[in-house]
Amino acid sequence: MPIERSARLREVRSWDDHFLFSVDAPAVGKEARPGQFVMVKVGEGAFPLLRRPLGVHDAGPEGFELFFRVAGQGTALLARRKPGDLLDVIGPLGKGFTAGRGLAGRTAFLVGGGRGIAPLYFLARALTGVGARPVVFYGGRTAADVPLRDKFAAAGFELHLSTDDGSLGFAGFVTSLVERELGRAEPAMVYACGPDPMMKALAAITARRGLPSELSLESVMGCGIGACWGCVHRIKGGTGDGWVKICEEGPVFPGERVLWP
Amino acid sequence: MAVTAKTVDLTADLGFLKLRNPVLTASGTFGYGLEFGPYLDLEKLGGIVVKGLYYGPREGNPPPRLVETPSGLINAIGLQGIGVEAFAAKVLPELRRIDTAVVVNVCGADDDEYAAVVEFLDGQEGIAAYELNISCPNVKKEGACPALSPRTTFDLVKRLKAASRRPLITKLSPNVTSIVEIALAAEEAGTDAVALVNTFLALAVDLETRRPKLGNVYGGLSGPAIKPIALRMVHQVASRLKAPVIGMGGIMTGADALEFMMAGAAAVEVGTASFVDPDAAVRVADEMARWCESHGIAAVRDVVGTLKTS
Repeated sequence: MPIERSARLREVRSWDDHFLFSVDAPAVGKEARPGQFVMVKVGEGAFPLLRRPLGVHDAGPEGFELFFRVAGQGTALLARRKPGDLLDVIGPLGKGFTAGRGLAGRTAFLVGGGRGIAPLYFLARALTGVGARPVVFYGGRTAADVPLRDKFAAAGFELHLSTDDGSLGFAGFVTSLVERELGRAEPAMVYACGPDPMMKALAAITARRGLPSELSLESVMGCGIGACWGCVHRIKGGTGDGWVKICEEGPVFPGERVLWP
Repeated sequence: MAVTAKTVDLTADLGFLKLRNPVLTASGTFGYGLEFGPYLDLEKLGGIVVKGLYYGPREGNPPPRLVETPSGLINAIGLQGIGVEAFAAKVLPELRRIDTAVVVNVCGADDDEYAAVVEFLDGQEGIAAYELNISCPNVKKEGACPALSPRTTFDLVKRLKAASRRPLITKLSPNVTSIVEIALAAEEAGTDAVALVNTFLALAVDLETRRPKLGNVYGGLSGPAIKPIALRMVHQVASRLKAPVIGMGGIMTGADALEFMMAGAAAVEVGTASFVDPDAAVRVADEMARWCESHGIAAVRDVVGTLKTS
């Protein structure tokens, strides 16, 4: 988990307010596992003060990729960076998804809501690497919220799209689409990352069917390294006396351990 | 011989405690210290003030616990923590292997709990001093804490000073009419030093939902936004107290730290900066050395209290 003060931004792709950064940072890229995140400095001065936690979208020996949506002042500043700019990142951080050989020959559902799709590309690649078959569910409010669909399709992953407004793919929540497909296939594992309401709904679906799941939780973070205790969630059997630090014990938790308000 | 950054004497002397350099890590911003091992050399710190400890484990406040504001951060963590027994069993043995001053931030729901924490820790080795956390704004309604009144400050410090075998640093709240009055009460009660400031009680509002942005409604503001007020308070207190003052509030750089020392602080604590850059405290010390070098100052303690106000 090095501090990489001068990671070179190699390439930027964008779709309206969504951005895909390719970053040269071998030390981070080599170490990163699917589901881990990095803390990125977005500004130079005192505002915004804090780094932003972003899930690793993909990684390899040369570096890593980030996919994010402009959601506030921090990500707006980050979005202004150009190829050649240097980024200050800490990572990889946290505990990621399990994507072991036990899944070889079996199907896994990967469910991403909006920007929550970010870590699932890296995961889908890793699953393919161990001989598992990833089936990706990618939902958003409108077609503009699912810009990575071509990237997933080009990589050859089975892809199911949904939009709340019906402008693309299945009309409705991505969780409804997952439920429909569960009638046809029985995955060995359901992985998910997205907004809390989606995760809560998905946790209920997998629990009802007795399916194992791994959920990557989101939170505002102060430090990302377990020092501030700002990013907590209720987790069963955690070490934090009820409120468990997402950055340190997560961000990925087994679905049955995650408690929802 | 010319002064260089390497030869600058950075040591700080609090009387009861000599530090390698004046930079300690502020309680609540540095975990229990070990979390930062991967990011900096803990033996380059003046000292570590660990996260506040109650006697038992403590759950803390419901999230959201953090909100960023212009040049600042409001937190309402609520002193979640592992308690002294787990600290002594799991953390302290590791900290003892590190050559740096370890200061334990002591909390209590009432005076008896503070006393119980001190009594327990007095039985442990490897602690240089206690920092009495009488000023956390996040654990009782409306930020209530002993540091809001000279009387409660005096009574608690007096009791703990009599009970403790170790030096006491009393950490003061800025949420008072006169912080000097509180500092004087702590001094009269026998505190070995004062540390200031804790965070400023604050509120952030979500305009659209008409709800507070923090689960606990109010929180404590830290970061560069509070630095000028913290500096003023440190100057006021240092001008009136004989006991040494440890200054903090929004220190991000060596220059910030030197300003606090100029205002009268014998040492400083780096807080929120460690969230942004886990190695900030060591960088601050390095920057102080370089400033001394460029100004031909052989010992950083010569800067203490040199602010010219007339």
